[in-house]
Amino acid sequence: MLRWASHSLLILLAVPILLGTLIAILPAFGYFPTLGGTEFSLDAWRELVQVPGIKRSIQISLLSGVLTPLIALALVFLYLASASGSKLDNWMRRLVSPLLSFPHAAAAFGLAFLIAPSGLLSRLISPGLSGWERPPDLLIINDTWGLTLLFGLIVKEVPFLLLMSLAALPQLQPSKHVELARSLGYRPTIAWLKVIAPNLYPLIRLPVAAVIVFASATVDVALILGPTLPPTLSVRVLTWFNDADLNFRFLAAAGAILQLGTSLLAITIWLCLEKLCAVLWRFWVATGDRGTGERLVFFSGRGAMPIVLLVITGSLVALLVNAFAGPWRYPSVLPASWTFLHWTNNFQNLLTPLLNTLLISVGSTLSALVLVLATLESERQSGKLRATAMWLLYLPLLVPQIVFLFGFIVLTESMRWQGTMSLVIFGHFLFVLPYVFLSLSEAYRQLDPRWSQVASTLGASPFKSFWRIRIPLLLAPCLTAIAIGMAISISLFLPTQLLGAGRITTITSEAVALSSGASRNLIAVWAVVQLSLPMLGFLAALTVPRLLWRNRTGMREIR
Amino acid sequence: MSESKLELDKVSIALNGKQLLTVDSSVGPGEVLTIMGPSGSGKSSLLAYIAGFLAPVFEASGGVFVNGDDITPLPAERRRVGLLFQDPLLFPHLSIAGNLRFAIDDRSADKASLIRQGLDEVGLGGFEERDPGTLSGGQESRIALLRLLLSSPNAVLLDEPFSKLDSQLRAEMRTLVFSKLRASGLPSILVTHDQADADSAGGEIITLEQ
Repeated sequence: MLRWASHSLLILLAVPILLGTLIAILPAFGYFPTLGGTEFSLDAWRELVQVPGIKRSIQISLLSGVLTPLIALALVFLYLASASGSKLDNWMRRLVSPLLSFPHAAAAFGLAFLIAPSGLLSRLISPGLSGWERPPDLLIINDTWGLTLLFGLIVKEVPFLLLMSLAALPQLQPSKHVELARSLGYRPTIAWLKVIAPNLYPLIRLPVAAVIVFASATVDVALILGPTLPPTLSVRVLTWFNDADLNFRFLAAAGAILQLGTSLLAITIWLCLEKLCAVLWRFWVATGDRGTGERLVFFSGRGAMPIVLLVITGSLVALLVNAFAGPWRYPSVLPASWTFLHWTNNFQNLLTPLLNTLLISVGSTLSALVLVLATLESERQSGKLRATAMWLLYLPLLVPQIVFLFGFIVLTESMRWQGTMSLVIFGHFLFVLPYVFLSLSEAYRQLDPRWSQVASTLGASPFKSFWRIRIPLLLAPCLTAIAIGMAISISLFLPTQLLGAGRITTITSEAVALSSGASRNLIAVWAVVQLSLPMLGFLAALTVPRLLWRNRTGMREIR
Repeated sequence: MSESKLELDKVSIALNGKQLLTVDSSVGPGEVLTIMGPSGSGKSSLLAYIAGFLAPVFEASGGVFVNGDDITPLPAERRRVGLLFQDPLLFPHLSIAGNLRFAIDDRSADKASLIRQGLDEVGLGGFEERDPGTLSGGQESRIALLRLLLSSPNAVLLDEPFSKLDSQLRAEMRTLVFSKLRASGLPSILVTHDQADADSAGGEIITLEQ
């Protein structure tokens, strides 16, 4: 009965994404019957080549697509090499999930409020250190080369890659191998880089690919932090797509395909870098060097992670201060007074998007959870693991959102399904599903099989044993998966924007829309709401099982 | 009390084409068949086959008859074969009464008095609302045994159920388990490393080769 589950899971993921990507190709070559395009042509491409600054747009997308994973991965590896098993490491392990739940848009706004010329950092050093009496005339946010965008993406992707690495590490038994290498005279950090890193990397290759694609094609972060003259390729595609003149759709389609090509090129460059690193690394191992560079690795690894943490914390503080700030003259570090005015004035506007956000995130997450549980349970009952299909789970993260969503919209428009709540929930479901699966599958497969065996020898049907034994025992991981799924849904911008046809607003879509021109206080209010929702989710996932099982000591050891 | 009989008809288990064991035996009501052998000899796989959850990597054949009916086509939950593991495996999220209630047939009337009576019989009267996590090892084992008996099985499998108890408790539990099984007239199969278990069980002994 459950056998359909794993098939439908893969079909539901693969079909919309692959079909959407394929369909996006048609209008790029002039075929778009609803807009009168019935013949294939290269007009859209000719137009695209002549768009001013298109080369720069591509360059920036490529730059952030390659440098973000490179720097983020380097930081994570240096950190793991230097801090494994330390006190800092214990801290980071606890912090990494909440850090990850910080929505992209809110983090980007926070960063902007932190490092802008009139931001918190500049105020901290003014006028004392810098001598500035007025905000300096520097283009920091939206800088031409997208360096702030790059910085924001790195800060956001480090926790993601760190979490993926921490999840993969135990199977490599790092401490045992590092100890062995140490007994041969290697310094611990060098031992980690030489022995563990090359085995860890293949395990997190898919997440790294997801980072490449995200960094090269992000829309919301680029809208907030990225350059404006010209903007990144993905932002331009969105602008063309939203143009009142529907003929821009052909250009947008060509741009989306160009975006796909750019992301693929970024991945190709990455593959070359992989080869280069492998050669350099082999050369380095062959030297048999046991300690050179040890201090450098140690201090950079231990230093960089606290800096990332500080930046994220600083962003959070910057958001909170702005959300409650009264009058605030430039060099003062804090506002002259505090106020709730920004909140009370906006309460009415927040209500509908807030309800939509909750409806969409709960709807998409619960449907994903049901499908994931059904898949895992059928896998358990049949006793077969479906490992081959794992990479398909990453599909929504490996194809640039704007590409397949574009084709998907062409498809749903022809079915008159666009702009409805159900379509937006389905779009979110596609992105939530992989995360729910990845966060729940480990716990589900690891649960001692004897619990179900005992239940069945006592006469319990699979149905009874699932609901009365497995679900309660796995309540905590299920709630965590729900919190993660909802956090992902809450942070999504493009699926809401495109599939909702601008008619369905969420906290995130409204917040990003404010980025052009609204007051900082107003933006901060929306960003604070946006980031508190996932935090509340994680808090609930943590406290509910503790309350429920407060008289059940045995539940503390169940993993 | 039920008077049932358990027969293994040329049960044989193989892994990757290598024959692990072949057993052909019959266990009468209240009797215990003991199977001894080194680890890796397939003892636990035999129990898993009889109970109905042998992993698909094993190839198994042969009939398991309870009172003359072949139970091998049935799913585990309909075989009415109880199993005691090395660990008591009391469901940690349920109270003691919840654990016992889980085992009792949904159609039974007055579960509460069945539970009360059972707890009295194993010397744990009044333990209904206790958290399983607060019980001692011996108490947990007794609840596990009671839970198995309350599920009214037709046969019982014992997978080294005493191996994790300390020596004094082990003797005590052996006496309790075997006397209960004998009194219930249940045929049982015991898998063990320990010669003392086999002696205490007092039935036929089959020793497997590696």
